[in-house]
Amino acid sequence: MAIRIEIPAPLREQTAGQTEVSVTGATVGAALANLVSQYPGLEPKLFQNGQLRPYINIFVNDEDIRYLEEMDTQLTDGVVVALIPAVAGG
Amino acid sequence: MSCSDFATGMKCRVCGKLYPKSAINFCVEDFGPLEVTYDYDRVRANLSRSKIEKRPRNMWRYRELLPLEGEPTVGPQVGGTPLIRADRLADALGVERLWIKNDAVNFPTLSFKDRVVSVALSKAREFGMRTVGCASTGNLANSVAAQAASAGLETFILVPADLERTKIFGTAVYGAKVIGVSGTYDEVNRVCTQIALKYGWGFVNVNLRPFYAEGSKTMGFEIAEDLGWRFPQHVVCPMAGGALIGKIHKAFTELHHIGLVQEPVTTKMYGAQASGCNPISDCVKNGRERHKPVRKPNTICKSLAIGDPADGYFAAKLIKETGGWAEDVTDEEIVEAMLLLARTEGIFAETAGGTTLAVTRKLIESGRIPRDEEIVICITGNGLKTQDAVFDAIESPAVIAPTLAAFEQLAGLKAPEPALV
Repeated sequence: MAIRIEIPAPLREQTAGQTEVSVTGATVGAALANLVSQYPGLEPKLFQNGQLRPYINIFVNDEDIRYLEEMDTQLTDGVVVALIPAVAGG
Repeated sequence: MSCSDFATGMKCRVCGKLYPKSAINFCVEDFGPLEVTYDYDRVRANLSRSKIEKRPRNMWRYRELLPLEGEPTVGPQVGGTPLIRADRLADALGVERLWIKNDAVNFPTLSFKDRVVSVALSKAREFGMRTVGCASTGNLANSVAAQAASAGLETFILVPADLERTKIFGTAVYGAKVIGVSGTYDEVNRVCTQIALKYGWGFVNVNLRPFYAEGSKTMGFEIAEDLGWRFPQHVVCPMAGGALIGKIHKAFTELHHIGLVQEPVTTKMYGAQASGCNPISDCVKNGRERHKPVRKPNTICKSLAIGDPADGYFAAKLIKETGGWAEDVTDEEIVEAMLLLARTEGIFAETAGGTTLAVTRKLIESGRIPRDEEIVICITGNGLKTQDAVFDAIESPAVIAPTLAAFEQLAGLKAPEPALV
């Protein structure tokens, strides 16, 4: 199953400049695990003690996963997962 | 670094990593928010009360504590709003000493956002940016549009499509490209983050946010100076993204740190939200470490309707550390408080002002704020922008025939005896 993960500019140093990475996984958690296995440099940026860092938000087809099933959110073929820094607005 | 720039760089509020001044709002290690740092020793040596007092009454009298290299080129007249002793409102609330910091009359667009935008757009020009924008619940949109127009910058403004029409109109009138997004503020904000990251335009509350947020400190500087260079015991502040409350407290801390106010800061900070969008007050009241985002805000107080506040964590932490508290109020309480403020002090505040006053009343009645201590209420926006919210609560004027008799009958005045000739 092919999932596309959009990589924001500040993380592209860890993905060899790739703006989008193709991963596999049935859930957001599995897809992110697959992403960091392909690009291990991303692991400490996204996770701390195995938990997603609080200032990065994950969107599945433009919906925040905190309003879905968080890391257990199911993914279907062709969905787009976006990693977006959270510190904005107000 | 120019001799008038006392800002040294930026620092991640999570890991402390240092960054040079640039258009970025988060740490590349952990995505934590970046905050401007200053050389306070130099500020201390260069700034005094008398120096400030000789300058024009606007926010730039504290320019050593604002992050610009040169003089402000956008909004040099912003700020300097009145701090009003509110005795009639104090009587109505049953408290002794009450002040209103009235940013409903800020220049040029009648909200505290003029302060932050003046810094952000001046900084955008220092960075050589030609296109600017913002995600907004309305007041920020008005201010960015007006101030960008005065600076000749191209402007994109994204707002939730269901915003009050006055706020959309009051943005489009300045020639900004206004884009209504069919979604919540948080969705608008996410799109703006994506645009800023992709195109590098100056979004005041995205990639210019560390500079932008510093502008809010000037509300705190003015409160302390107008109280005679001292701090109040209690400050009640509205919370949307949660930055303002922190910056007012930071302003007090800086004034003490550079020696302009001798006494340490013991002010208790209180945050106000609407019950229909209360992620930060919920976080404080329920002792959560982090706020729970609100997916679909539902309140007449649209200017505070941010379901996932960027500074929610820091606002809640500050409130707890200072010994303050947070509360939220219903739409009915908001309207009632807007009318109370208008009818006791002659100040027509927007819904956020009603929220802040209603929360203040709730905190006084519950004993969280003592009745015999000094309180400052921050009013951040003007009621003329949210007239729809109170329209139904105001009686239509009576209509009479153009005669004295008709007036006397309406006013319940007895008609006088006819004069003897």
